[in-house]
Amino acid sequence: MAELERPRLKVGYIPIIDCAAIVLADELGAYERQGLEVEIRREVSWANVRDKLALGTLDASHILAPLPLALTLGIDSVSVPMINAMTLQVNGNALTLSQSLWREMEDTAPELVGGGHAPLVARALAAVVAKRAAAGAPQIVLASVFPYSVQNYMVRLWLSSGGLDPDRDVRLTVVPPPHTVAHLSAKVIDGYCVGEPWNQRAVALGIGRIALTGPDIWRGMPEKVLGVTEAWAEKHPNTLKALIKALIEACLWLDDPANRPEAARVLSSPRYLNTPVEVLSRTLDMPDFHVFQRNAANFPWRSHADWFLAQMIRWGQVAPGIDVKATSDRVYRTDIYRAAALEMGVACPEVDRLPPGGHGEPVMPPMDAEPKQFPIRLRSGEQS
Amino acid sequence: MTKALSVLLIDDNPARAEIVEAGLSAAGYRLLARLEGTQDLTARVRELEPDVVVVSIDSPSRDTIEDMRRTTDLLPRPIALFVDRSDPATIAAAMEAGVSAYVVKGLAQDRVRPVVDVAVAHFNRYHSMREELDRARLSLVERKSVDRAKGLLMEQRGMGEEAAYKLLRKLAMDQNKRIGEVAQEIVTYAKVLKK
Repeated sequence: MAELERPRLKVGYIPIIDCAAIVLADELGAYERQGLEVEIRREVSWANVRDKLALGTLDASHILAPLPLALTLGIDSVSVPMINAMTLQVNGNALTLSQSLWREMEDTAPELVGGGHAPLVARALAAVVAKRAAAGAPQIVLASVFPYSVQNYMVRLWLSSGGLDPDRDVRLTVVPPPHTVAHLSAKVIDGYCVGEPWNQRAVALGIGRIALTGPDIWRGMPEKVLGVTEAWAEKHPNTLKALIKALIEACLWLDDPANRPEAARVLSSPRYLNTPVEVLSRTLDMPDFHVFQRNAANFPWRSHADWFLAQMIRWGQVAPGIDVKATSDRVYRTDIYRAAALEMGVACPEVDRLPPGGHGEPVMPPMDAEPKQFPIRLRSGEQS
Repeated sequence: MTKALSVLLIDDNPARAEIVEAGLSAAGYRLLARLEGTQDLTARVRELEPDVVVVSIDSPSRDTIEDMRRTTDLLPRPIALFVDRSDPATIAAAMEAGVSAYVVKGLAQDRVRPVVDVAVAHFNRYHSMREELDRARLSLVERKSVDRAKGLLMEQRGMGEEAAYKLLRKLAMDQNKRIGEVAQEIVTYAKVLKK
């Protein structure tokens, strides 16, 4: 085994099901088998994860798939070149709406809401939006988990598919996952897009309804990744490879259906997700809803990165002039992942990209395919 | 003299928030409100227009504050960005203490640093107070174990109270453990061995 530059690591995670590989690698002894002594640390916000990675308080972390791109581009509040070393889960999030909003949609557009067809459900929401606007009623408020998150882009695309302008027709906000259920219950928000168990929890309490699952909008969407800073990766190549291998082992274990009950039991602990085991089992048992390793799930496809960057441009988070390909190539390190996967005997795609549409990702809705004008306000108000 | 900076404090731990609030007021800052993350923070920040938002790092609400850059003219910026790269130690100290802070308007760095310093000092003060409390509580638990272990020794070995205590102390010294730990072990084993 190649010499490890840094055998003792601190690895962060946020308590959402897609942190499973990080937790299970610890529980199964996969880190030790790679010669690593890993302390896994539960974090409470993506802002903390980002700051701790930038400061070196964490060596590596479970992180939102688009966030390493935003940090490398310097468009978030902290600017630090980051890499995505592997994807940790595919699919796994859902869109929950409050029971009262759902009833309003059923009353307003009963013919649209029933079938779980994303654009039709969005059109039902559009009907409610129009009705509320005409009556002078308050705007609908929908939450995602961070500006640079799959959830944010999913909500935006979904709204667009029903003809709604996400920046004008509704109010979008960010609510941290542990607060989603309380905010929904207090009617501060009308719905949210988040990973599990936070959708199942609203359902269990009878205050929310899963209107759509992530796969209804994009089946095969990468959810969270393993993030390290580019500088850290350069300084610790063998350690990073060992870490990836340990996580691949955990992902292989997690994808075996026979292990799902044990995974639910481990994750339910107060140390990790602090959620009843039956709530976790309900979502872990859904077919193809939590994909940890199959179908090259861990491969950091550069075409995923291209898609995220297109979303950032589309929604005015970054100026359209950026070099998409160069940014994707720099951040999504297929070379590093491939080397680790090879040593594990895990098959890997030979190409770094699939052509547009190749991942089953949504294509831009035609109604507003032009990039939105870069909001001047985003930068001009800043003074140093 | 410029107007006192207005500060909004977001902390889900009311006991700590109280101490930090008192500290900030004593240092001459205008405390606008003390909020918990379960409230509609976006609406409240917009309404209160603070100069600085101090958020505890163990509150998930940082992510909500960061998103306000997109929707308001207030542009909250974390001090992690604000303090220049030459001084990561200040940020590390703030993170260590559990403080994050956002500059809401375009304030100069030297005006904001003292707010962060006061917040850091009072977060630390709260944590050392809690540690003392934990220690007191722990020794109370340990005292209970010692009493129970003494009782067991007196009952089963026919020892006097003084002798039982001395035996516990000797066992602890021999094993390089605290007397409370040894006492707890005896209580546990006794439970297991009892029919």
